Amino acid sequence: MNDWQALDRFLQTDPRDVGCAEAMEMLHVYADLVAEGAQAEERYPGIAAHLRACGPCGEDFEALLAAVRDTR
Amino acid sequence: MVHEIPAASLDAESAEWVRALAGTGPPREVALARLHGLLVRIALRDAGRRGPQHRITGPELTDLAYQAAADALLAITAKLGQFRGESRFTTWAYKFVIFEVSAKLGRHFWRHPSVPFDAEDWDRLPDRFGFQPERESEWHDLLTALRRAIDTELTPRQREIFVAIVLNEVPLDALVVKLRSNRNAIYKTLFDARRKLRAALDANGYLGHDSTRCP
Repeated sequence: MNDWQALDRFLQTDPRDVGCAEAMEMLHVYADLVAEGAQAEERYPGIAAHLRACGPCGEDFEALLAAVRDTR
Repeated sequence: MVHEIPAASLDAESAEWVRALAGTGPPREVALARLHGLLVRIALRDAGRRGPQHRITGPELTDLAYQAAADALLAITAKLGQFRGESRFTTWAYKFVIFEVSAKLGRHFWRHPSVPFDAEDWDRLPDRFGFQPERESEWHDLLTALRRAIDTELTPRQREIFVAIVLNEVPLDALVVKLRSNRNAIYKTLFDARRKLRAALDANGYLGHDSTRCP
Protein backbone atom coordinates (compact mmCIF):
# COMPACT_ATOMS: atom_id res chain seq x y z
CA MET A 1 0.00 0.00 0.00
CA ASN A 2 1.42 3.38 -0.92
CA ASP A 3 1.23 6.49 1.23
CA TRP A 4 -1.95 7.75 -0.35
CA GLN A 5 -4.10 4.66 -0.11
CA ALA A 6 -4.81 4.86 3.63
CA LEU A 7 -6.01 8.44 3.31
CA ASP A 8 -7.93 7.64 0.13
CA ARG A 9 -9.68 4.73 1.85
CA PHE A 10 -10.47 6.79 4.94
CA LEU A 11 -12.10 9.49 2.85
CA GLN A 12 -14.25 7.08 0.84
CA THR A 13 -17.93 7.26 1.73
CA ASP A 14 -20.54 4.83 0.45
CA PRO A 15 -23.94 6.35 -0.30
CA ARG A 16 -25.61 3.10 0.76
CA ASP A 17 -24.14 3.34 4.28
CA VAL A 18 -27.10 3.21 6.71
CA GLY A 19 -25.21 4.52 9.74
CA CYS A 20 -24.70 2.97 13.16
CA ALA A 21 -28.25 3.11 14.50
CA GLU A 22 -29.82 0.97 11.79
CA ALA A 23 -26.84 -1.38 11.59
CA MET A 24 -26.95 -1.98 15.34
CA GLU A 25 -30.71 -2.51 15.24
CA MET A 26 -30.39 -5.17 12.56
CA LEU A 27 -27.04 -6.69 13.53
CA HIS A 28 -28.49 -9.96 14.87
CA VAL A 29 -30.55 -10.48 11.72
CA TYR A 30 -27.56 -9.78 9.50
CA ALA A 31 -25.27 -12.03 11.56
CA ASP A 32 -27.67 -14.95 11.32
CA LEU A 33 -27.89 -14.55 7.56
CA VAL A 34 -24.10 -14.53 7.26
CA ALA A 35 -23.75 -17.52 9.59
CA GLU A 36 -26.27 -19.44 7.53
CA GLY A 37 -24.49 -18.61 4.29
CA ALA A 38 -27.45 -16.60 3.01
CA GLN A 39 -27.15 -13.55 0.76
CA ALA A 40 -26.80 -11.06 3.60
CA GLU A 41 -24.97 -8.37 1.65
CA GLU A 42 -27.35 -8.57 -1.29
CA ARG A 43 -30.33 -8.32 1.03
CA TYR A 44 -28.92 -5.55 3.20
CA PRO A 45 -26.33 -3.65 1.12
CA GLY A 46 -26.55 -0.59 3.35
CA ILE A 47 -25.63 -2.59 6.41
CA ALA A 48 -22.79 -4.30 4.57
CA ALA A 49 -21.48 -0.91 3.47
CA HIS A 50 -21.67 0.39 7.00
CA LEU A 51 -19.90 -2.59 8.56
CA ARG A 52 -17.02 -2.12 6.11
CA ALA A 53 -16.62 1.54 7.03
CA CYS A 54 -17.39 1.74 10.74
CA GLY A 55 -14.73 0.26 13.01
CA PRO A 56 -16.86 -0.18 16.15
CA CYS A 57 -19.85 -1.65 14.32
CA GLY A 58 -17.57 -3.87 12.29
CA GLU A 59 -15.96 -5.15 15.48
CA ASP A 60 -19.35 -5.75 17.06
CA PHE A 61 -20.44 -7.68 14.00
CA GLU A 62 -17.30 -9.84 13.96
CA ALA A 63 -17.73 -10.55 17.67
CA LEU A 64 -21.38 -11.47 17.20
CA LEU A 65 -20.63 -13.70 14.25
CA ALA A 66 -17.87 -15.44 16.21
CA ALA A 67 -20.26 -15.98 19.12
CA VAL A 68 -22.92 -17.44 16.85
CA ARG A 69 -20.48 -19.79 15.17
CA ASP A 70 -18.88 -20.79 18.45
CA THR A 71 -22.12 -21.76 20.13
CA ARG A 72 -23.84 -23.67 17.31
CA MET B 1 -34.23 3.83 5.34
CA VAL B 2 -35.82 1.56 7.94
CA HIS B 3 -35.84 -2.11 7.09
CA GLU B 4 -39.11 -3.94 7.26
CA ILE B 5 -38.75 -6.88 9.60
CA PRO B 6 -40.99 -9.71 8.48
CA ALA B 7 -43.18 -11.38 11.04
CA ALA B 8 -41.48 -14.64 11.86
CA SER B 9 -42.38 -17.76 13.72
CA LEU B 10 -39.81 -18.90 16.22
CA ASP B 11 -37.58 -21.87 15.59
CA ALA B 12 -37.94 -24.60 18.20
CA GLU B 13 -34.84 -23.68 20.18
CA SER B 14 -35.72 -19.99 20.30
CA ALA B 15 -39.27 -20.81 21.35
CA GLU B 16 -37.93 -22.92 24.20
CA TRP B 17 -35.67 -20.10 25.38
CA VAL B 18 -38.54 -17.62 25.35
CA ARG B 19 -40.92 -20.03 27.06
CA ALA B 20 -38.42 -20.78 29.82
CA LEU B 21 -37.32 -17.20 30.42
CA ALA B 22 -40.88 -15.89 30.41
CA GLY B 23 -41.96 -18.56 32.86
CA THR B 24 -41.37 -19.02 36.56
CA GLY B 25 -39.74 -21.43 38.96
CA PRO B 26 -36.87 -23.86 38.40
CA PRO B 27 -37.13 -24.01 34.58
CA ARG B 28 -36.61 -20.24 34.44
CA GLU B 29 -33.70 -20.41 36.88
CA VAL B 30 -32.06 -23.11 34.81
CA ALA B 31 -32.50 -21.07 31.62
CA LEU B 32 -31.13 -17.93 33.29
CA ALA B 33 -28.06 -19.80 34.53
CA ARG B 34 -27.45 -21.33 31.11
CA LEU B 35 -27.85 -18.02 29.32
CA HIS B 36 -25.60 -16.30 31.84
CA GLY B 37 -22.92 -18.89 31.21
CA LEU B 38 -23.10 -18.29 27.47
CA LEU B 39 -22.96 -14.51 27.94
CA VAL B 40 -19.93 -14.74 30.26
CA ARG B 41 -18.10 -16.90 27.73
CA ILE B 42 -18.80 -14.45 24.92
CA ALA B 43 -17.94 -11.41 27.03
CA LEU B 44 -14.63 -12.87 28.17
CA ARG B 45 -13.58 -13.65 24.63
CA ASP B 46 -14.72 -10.34 23.19
CA ALA B 47 -13.20 -8.30 26.01
CA GLY B 48 -9.96 -10.25 25.69
CA ARG B 49 -9.82 -9.45 22.00
CA ARG B 50 -10.60 -5.75 22.33
CA GLY B 51 -9.18 -4.95 25.76
CA PRO B 52 -5.56 -4.24 24.84
CA GLN B 53 -6.65 -1.54 22.38
CA HIS B 54 -8.37 0.15 25.31
CA ARG B 55 -5.40 -0.40 27.63
CA ILE B 56 -7.16 -2.83 29.94
CA THR B 57 -6.00 -6.34 30.77
CA GLY B 58 -5.95 -8.90 33.57
CA PRO B 59 -8.45 -9.03 36.44
CA GLU B 60 -9.87 -5.62 35.54
CA LEU B 61 -10.76 -6.90 32.09
CA THR B 62 -12.25 -10.06 33.54
CA ASP B 63 -14.40 -7.97 35.91
CA LEU B 64 -15.55 -5.87 32.98
CA ALA B 65 -16.58 -9.00 31.09
CA TYR B 66 -18.54 -10.41 34.03
CA GLN B 67 -20.26 -7.07 34.57
CA ALA B 68 -21.13 -6.87 30.88
CA ALA B 69 -22.67 -10.36 31.05
CA ALA B 70 -24.68 -9.47 34.17
CA ASP B 71 -25.96 -6.22 32.68
CA ALA B 72 -26.79 -7.95 29.41
CA LEU B 73 -28.77 -10.65 31.19
CA LEU B 74 -30.82 -7.98 32.98
CA ALA B 75 -31.49 -6.18 29.71
CA ILE B 76 -32.43 -9.38 27.89
CA THR B 77 -34.97 -10.43 30.50
CA ALA B 78 -36.39 -6.90 30.65
CA LYS B 79 -36.76 -6.75 26.86
CA LEU B 80 -37.81 -10.33 26.25
CA GLY B 81 -41.15 -9.14 24.92
CA GLN B 82 -39.34 -7.19 22.20
CA PHE B 83 -37.81 -10.34 20.67
CA ARG B 84 -39.69 -10.76 17.40
CA GLY B 85 -38.10 -13.91 16.06
CA GLU B 86 -36.36 -12.30 13.11
CA SER B 87 -33.18 -14.12 14.19
CA ARG B 88 -32.41 -16.97 16.53
CA PHE B 89 -33.04 -16.01 20.14
CA THR B 90 -29.43 -16.57 21.11
CA THR B 91 -28.14 -14.30 18.33
CA TRP B 92 -30.47 -11.56 19.54
CA ALA B 93 -29.30 -12.13 23.11
CA TYR B 94 -25.61 -12.18 22.27
CA LYS B 95 -25.94 -8.75 20.70
CA PHE B 96 -26.72 -7.33 24.13
CA VAL B 97 -23.52 -8.59 25.71
CA ILE B 98 -21.36 -7.47 22.80
CA PHE B 99 -22.80 -3.96 22.96
CA GLU B 100 -22.24 -3.96 26.73
CA VAL B 101 -18.57 -4.87 26.27
CA SER B 102 -18.16 -2.08 23.69
CA ALA B 103 -19.78 0.52 25.93
CA LYS B 104 -17.81 -0.49 29.01
CA LEU B 105 -14.51 -0.43 27.12
CA GLY B 106 -15.38 3.04 25.86
CA ARG B 107 -15.95 4.26 29.40
CA HIS B 108 -12.77 2.60 30.64
CA PHE B 109 -10.62 4.44 28.08
CA TRP B 110 -10.85 7.70 30.01
CA ARG B 111 -9.36 6.25 33.19
CA HIS B 112 -5.91 6.42 31.61
CA PRO B 113 -6.09 8.58 28.47
CA SER B 114 -2.74 8.79 26.69
CA VAL B 115 -3.45 12.20 25.17
CA PRO B 116 -6.16 14.86 25.65
CA PHE B 117 -8.92 14.18 23.15
CA ASP B 118 -8.71 17.75 21.83
CA ALA B 119 -4.91 18.08 21.58
CA GLU B 120 -3.90 19.42 18.17
CA ASP B 121 -0.45 18.10 17.44
CA TRP B 122 -0.64 18.20 13.67
CA ASP B 123 2.84 16.70 13.34
CA ARG B 124 1.06 13.41 14.07
CA LEU B 125 -1.07 13.64 10.94
CA PRO B 126 1.40 12.10 8.44
CA ASP B 127 1.88 9.06 10.67
CA ARG B 128 -1.88 8.60 11.09
CA PHE B 129 -2.14 7.85 7.37
CA GLY B 130 1.16 6.01 7.02
CA PHE B 131 3.01 8.78 5.22
CA GLN B 132 6.71 8.04 5.42
CA PRO B 133 9.01 10.93 6.41
CA GLU B 134 11.61 10.04 3.79
CA ARG B 135 8.98 10.50 1.07
CA GLU B 136 7.72 13.87 2.29
CA SER B 137 8.37 15.49 -1.07
CA GLU B 138 5.66 13.22 -2.53
CA TRP B 139 2.93 13.88 0.05
CA HIS B 140 3.73 17.35 1.38
CA ASP B 141 1.37 19.19 -0.96
CA LEU B 142 -1.45 16.68 -0.36
CA LEU B 143 -1.25 17.01 3.41
CA THR B 144 -1.01 20.79 3.13
CA ALA B 145 -4.23 20.71 1.13
CA LEU B 146 -5.82 18.38 3.67
CA ARG B 147 -4.87 20.68 6.55
CA ARG B 148 -6.30 23.63 4.67
CA ALA B 149 -9.55 21.74 4.03
CA ILE B 150 -9.81 20.76 7.69
CA ASP B 151 -9.53 24.44 8.62
CA THR B 152 -11.85 25.82 5.97
CA GLU B 153 -14.42 23.12 5.22
CA LEU B 154 -15.27 21.48 8.54
CA THR B 155 -17.67 22.80 11.15
CA PRO B 156 -16.26 23.14 14.69
CA ARG B 157 -18.01 19.90 15.67
CA GLN B 158 -16.68 18.02 12.64
CA ARG B 159 -13.20 19.32 13.34
CA GLU B 160 -13.43 18.34 17.02
CA ILE B 161 -14.40 14.78 16.13
CA PHE B 162 -11.82 14.52 13.34
CA VAL B 163 -9.08 15.66 15.72
CA ALA B 164 -10.13 13.24 18.46
CA ILE B 165 -10.53 10.16 16.31
CA VAL B 166 -7.94 10.67 13.59
CA LEU B 167 -5.24 12.77 15.20
CA ASN B 168 -5.48 11.50 18.77
CA GLU B 169 -6.72 7.96 18.04
CA VAL B 170 -9.55 8.12 20.55
CA PRO B 171 -11.81 5.08 20.02
CA LEU B 172 -15.22 6.12 18.73
CA ASP B 173 -17.04 4.52 21.67
CA ALA B 174 -14.79 6.43 24.07
CA LEU B 175 -15.58 9.69 22.29
CA VAL B 176 -19.27 8.88 22.67
CA VAL B 177 -18.74 8.93 26.43
CA LYS B 178 -16.62 12.08 26.40
CA LEU B 179 -19.07 14.07 24.27
CA ARG B 180 -22.18 12.52 25.88
CA SER B 181 -23.36 11.58 22.44
CA ASN B 182 -24.11 8.29 20.69
CA ARG B 183 -22.29 6.15 18.17
CA ASN B 184 -24.58 7.06 15.30
CA ALA B 185 -24.22 10.82 15.80
CA ILE B 186 -20.43 10.68 16.04
CA TYR B 187 -20.17 8.42 13.01
CA LYS B 188 -22.51 10.63 10.99
CA THR B 189 -20.50 13.74 11.86
CA LEU B 190 -17.24 12.05 10.86
CA PHE B 191 -18.89 10.68 7.70
CA ASP B 192 -19.86 14.20 6.66
CA ALA B 193 -16.36 15.46 7.49
CA ARG B 194 -14.78 12.72 5.36
CA ARG B 195 -17.10 13.56 2.47
CA LYS B 196 -16.27 17.27 2.67
CA LEU B 197 -12.53 16.65 2.85
CA ARG B 198 -12.61 14.32 -0.13
CA ALA B 199 -14.61 16.85 -2.14
CA ALA B 200 -12.07 19.55 -1.30
CA LEU B 201 -9.13 17.33 -2.27
CA ASP B 202 -10.95 16.23 -5.44
CA ALA B 203 -11.50 19.85 -6.39
CA ASN B 204 -7.76 20.39 -6.18
CA GLY B 205 -6.96 17.28 -8.17
CA TYR B 206 -5.51 15.18 -5.36
CA LEU B 207 -7.81 12.16 -5.07
CA GLY B 208 -10.33 10.37 -7.28
CA HIS B 209 -14.04 11.08 -7.29
CA ASP B 210 -16.33 9.48 -4.71
CA SER B 211 -19.94 9.64 -3.69
CA THR B 212 -21.51 12.40 -1.65
CA ARG B 213 -24.66 11.18 0.03
CA CYS B 214 -25.03 10.83 3.77
CA PRO B 215 -25.84 7.72 5.80
